[in-house]
Amino acid sequence: MPQISPVLWQFLVKWLTNFALFPPEASRIAPQLDALYFFIVLVSLIGLTIVILLVTSFSILYSKKRHPVPVQIEGSTLLEATWTIVPLGLFLVMFVWGALIYFRVFTPPANAMNIYVVGKQWMWKAEHPGGQHEINSLHVPAGRAIQLTLISQDVFHSFSIPAFRVKREAIPGRYTTVWFEATTPGTYHLFCSQYCGTEHSHMIGDVVVMSPEDYKTWLASSTSGASLAQNGERLFASMSCNACHNARPDARGPSLANVYGAKLTLTSGQTVTVDEAYLRQAILNPSQNITQGYAPIMPTYQGQISEEGLIALIEYIKNLNSDYRVQQTTTTTTLLPGGAGKAAPAKQEPAGQGMVQQ
Amino acid sequence: MSDTIVLLPDQSTARIPKRNYLTQENGLLSWLLTRDHKRIGILYLISISFFFLLGGSLAGLIRLELLTPQSDLLATDTYNKVFTMHGVIMIFFFLVPSVPATLGNFFLPLMIGAKDLALPKMNLASWYMYMAGGLLALWAMITGGVDTGWTFTTPLSTHFVNTNVITTGLAIFISGFSSIFTGLNFIVTIHKMRAPGMTWFRLPLFVWSNYAASVLMVLGTPVLGITLILVVLERTVGIGIFDPTKGGDPLLFQHLFWFYSHPAVYIMILPGMGVISEVISTFSRKRVFGYTAVAFSSVAIAVFGFFVWAHHMFIMGISNYAVLVFSLLTMLVAVPSAIKIFNWALTLYKGSITFETPMIYAFGFMGLFTIGGMTGVFLGTSGTDIHLTETYFIVAHFHFVMVGGMLMAFLAGLHFWWPKMTGRMYPEKVSQFAAVVTFIGFNLTFFPQFILGTLGMPRRYASYPPEFQVLNVFSTAGATILGVGYLLPVLYLTWSLKYGAIAGDNPWQATGLEWQTQSPPLTENFTQIPIMDHEAYDYEWLERQKEKEVASVG
Amino acid sequence: MSDSTVIAHDGLEAGHHEHSPHLHHQFESVEQQADAGNFAMWLFLLTEVMFFGGLFTVYMIYRNWYYPAFVAASHQLSVKLGGINSVLLITSSLTMTLGVWSAQLRRKGSLIFFLMLTFLLGVVFLGIKGVEYKEKFEKHHFPGANYSLQSFVNPASDPVAVAAGDKPLPLDIAQRTEVYFSLYFAMTGMHALHMIVGMGILLFMIFRARSDAYTTGHTAFVEYFGLYWHFVDIIWIFLFPLLYLINRH
Repeated sequence: MPQISPVLWQFLVKWLTNFALFPPEASRIAPQLDALYFFIVLVSLIGLTIVILLVTSFSILYSKKRHPVPVQIEGSTLLEATWTIVPLGLFLVMFVWGALIYFRVFTPPANAMNIYVVGKQWMWKAEHPGGQHEINSLHVPAGRAIQLTLISQDVFHSFSIPAFRVKREAIPGRYTTVWFEATTPGTYHLFCSQYCGTEHSHMIGDVVVMSPEDYKTWLASSTSGASLAQNGERLFASMSCNACHNARPDARGPSLANVYGAKLTLTSGQTVTVDEAYLRQAILNPSQNITQGYAPIMPTYQGQISEEGLIALIEYIKNLNSDYRVQQTTTTTTLLPGGAGKAAPAKQEPAGQGMVQQ
Repeated sequence: MSDTIVLLPDQSTARIPKRNYLTQENGLLSWLLTRDHKRIGILYLISISFFFLLGGSLAGLIRLELLTPQSDLLATDTYNKVFTMHGVIMIFFFLVPSVPATLGNFFLPLMIGAKDLALPKMNLASWYMYMAGGLLALWAMITGGVDTGWTFTTPLSTHFVNTNVITTGLAIFISGFSSIFTGLNFIVTIHKMRAPGMTWFRLPLFVWSNYAASVLMVLGTPVLGITLILVVLERTVGIGIFDPTKGGDPLLFQHLFWFYSHPAVYIMILPGMGVISEVISTFSRKRVFGYTAVAFSSVAIAVFGFFVWAHHMFIMGISNYAVLVFSLLTMLVAVPSAIKIFNWALTLYKGSITFETPMIYAFGFMGLFTIGGMTGVFLGTSGTDIHLTETYFIVAHFHFVMVGGMLMAFLAGLHFWWPKMTGRMYPEKVSQFAAVVTFIGFNLTFFPQFILGTLGMPRRYASYPPEFQVLNVFSTAGATILGVGYLLPVLYLTWSLKYGAIAGDNPWQATGLEWQTQSPPLTENFTQIPIMDHEAYDYEWLERQKEKEVASVG
Repeated sequence: MSDSTVIAHDGLEAGHHEHSPHLHHQFESVEQQADAGNFAMWLFLLTEVMFFGGLFTVYMIYRNWYYPAFVAASHQLSVKLGGINSVLLITSSLTMTLGVWSAQLRRKGSLIFFLMLTFLLGVVFLGIKGVEYKEKFEKHHFPGANYSLQSFVNPASDPVAVAAGDKPLPLDIAQRTEVYFSLYFAMTGMHALHMIVGMGILLFMIFRARSDAYTTGHTAFVEYFGLYWHFVDIIWIFLFPLLYLINRH
């Protein structure tokens, strides 16, 4: 016992000092989601109390000792209708409330800053627009809408930040998105919550929320020299995309300037809005995505380009505002203070700091 | 007035009837080749208990590993194999067949006044299929295990693991036949074999709920079958139906898998709900409040159960509008469960309640299932699902419904019908104690997991951040108590086979037809096919019957 | 209360009717038995519908996504062989029906004849299917590591594609033909598996029919098998147009 009790004591002390019933609310959506959560908790508690009260009071009142002769009752349509309609009504309130929050979490605002996240067994790779890479960590500024565009390079993963109450699966072969606006600077858990193989439980990291000033400093100190779009431009040239997509009058491919967000009519007659998913498809499976008026001559780039390469290309095309190649980079490097060019590896926060806020 | 309804024959003169289904024939072969639904039920009971204890020990290993934040007891890949096998064994080899294949097999024909199930040979075949599947799964486990999780998510299961996915997949495929055979047999039996006078609305609610579960088994299991075959083909020859690199869609696998596996949870819980209806009625001496509502709520669960599968995929990138539809349908499927709970509670009203072990388990069921069901609403609500899915909240919810609900119901049923099956009573005091221990252990094990899940601890983690440790320690401690709670029945039920008091025909004074024949029953169940001339749960009929008997004997 | 109390209601004539030698102990009458058996068989076919239904759903989704690839890939199948096979199976359904009819008329000779004919038609069907499979293997159209896109990216190299008038497909579309062939092999393979099981049962029935098992009034087994065989036939009737006749005029 003397050996065991100090351990127990430690546990209890640790627990009582860190005791929490829910994680910190560190994003704009968190309090809204928690409100719904506590509403359902409340309804559940009331429901459970009613059931417990009914069962215990009947057990006492109508135990065989007190009530030896049962009274047969067939049922009561009124009562049964009550406990059909009241729960149904409550469930419908939860449904509507939940759907509102769901749509909020998965409909990013137009001005959100986009960060790409690639999941692979067993790490998260984040790609910032300024070209900063991180592994198993994500630095974001507070007070700004951040959109994550996720993809997996192998199996299903799930990008989960409990403190923000957001979570989205990273799926092989297609982009998914989620957005959040962090409110409180601090370090928070990042988990992979979809089982993804042997080291699933080690696919964890930290989300670091920084004040906008700190974030600027961090961006400057972590840049690899070229922004995502600049990397994309390099790829665009090295893969000879510009042989066709060059905006000349005799070009064999459509001009890509301002194509992002535009509505295109395909040879199949389908109309599509150009987004990340479409661009990715058009690079990997061009023949099914040919713009009307062009010959289906573009070869597929499947197997020739990594997910990160695709992201760079897409980021380049997204930022292509005019056909003059010179103008391309200026729009993408606004976040980058000039001159910084030193690559810094992503910093690993010491493990276990968890939810302790800065 | 005594506080029990137990009515036993005079122990000094009572004997177990010489001729019964147990003594009809002797020898191992007479069991292995039997077509008697009661013997097959016993065969199932023995094999299912074995798989339950195996799955339970694996759960023990999981809890031990999670005692500390590091993965120290088990290496991560061992841990992954252990939780996968725990899931596979518990779901496909315990929960799905548990009540239908044991208690259902044994009592369904008795309850509707039939001599046997409609297809006895198929019934035996179903047990052999179950055993073949089970042994194959064991073989897969012994020769290296499988680490995909019981959900076999592609492309992880098809391209990224190197373990016995094929063997385990085939094992589940084969055991699927056992489930289809049982379901099919039940449906045919209930439609075609009811005794004269046994109309649909005189059926015991246990029969209704097994009927609903059988429909799910018959319609759902084949879809799982073809899905597993496609996974196996993808692993062996490399077809590309779920492979994103070949143009396949891994989400399609999820759709097909959950098309079975969501209804499967209703396959698991519905028969348990049937047990609870029987037990609550018997020990409160009252007809179930709103019989028709309870019967139809089972059917409603079965029908809606088929249209909610995509609520497992809310954050997997299915369209927002699909989420809307599936979330709404999920809310609708929650209502019949609420109806059942309140109907059971009101059954107690103005009853004459006693607290034998089955009733204690049934009370446990009602509390735990209410919690399990309500936490399901957290997950069916699309907004809160984002935060809670894939965490320990899911684990806790599932275990509250399946262990707190289904297993409690199974134990309630096992104790309730034990005298009928064996002719002997279980020891009442010890078993009441075991029921309470189970309830306490259960809550201590799984309630902390709700908090863990809300805090964000993901499931299927071999190691976890240290601040989650205390709650995990509680959970492991609870699991130890729970383990004791489950071991006790194994011991005293075995003991009672020889030393239990002789039960007589109807120790609970219950109304079901199964209680109106001898215990243990004859191989042909009834000396004469009974005529049902009263409603289900008609205790006044039983009183009159007793008076008549006394009059005729006297 | 005595040990053997059994509620025995008066007025039930249970157990006093004439016992047919084919009546199983659990049934009260031959009608009840036939009723239950029939019902069970239809339920079983319902599970089969769900089984193939899963495959058909998958097929419809991918056909919708990858229509051009599905068209080109389906040109690789021989409508002639598929058509012959359809005729064979329909004929075998007819012979099976005649077999059931013979059993009901208690004609042993003709029952065995029709069962054997059905079996033979099944063998020829599988033989032709085997020829088709072999051709696919040789052209590397079997999905997996050795899958070849040659016939689709360069149809000139493949007389079958030339005959169908195929134009070269871009690589990314041609790759989707593998999904088609995955489904082709999965669906026809599952169908063939059902045929093989059915033919095993046919052999068993031929063997048993020789000792008068089905020609003494108890024809249930033959009838149920007939239902199964028709079901397998119907599946093929769906498979043939879906797999062979996409975009053929």
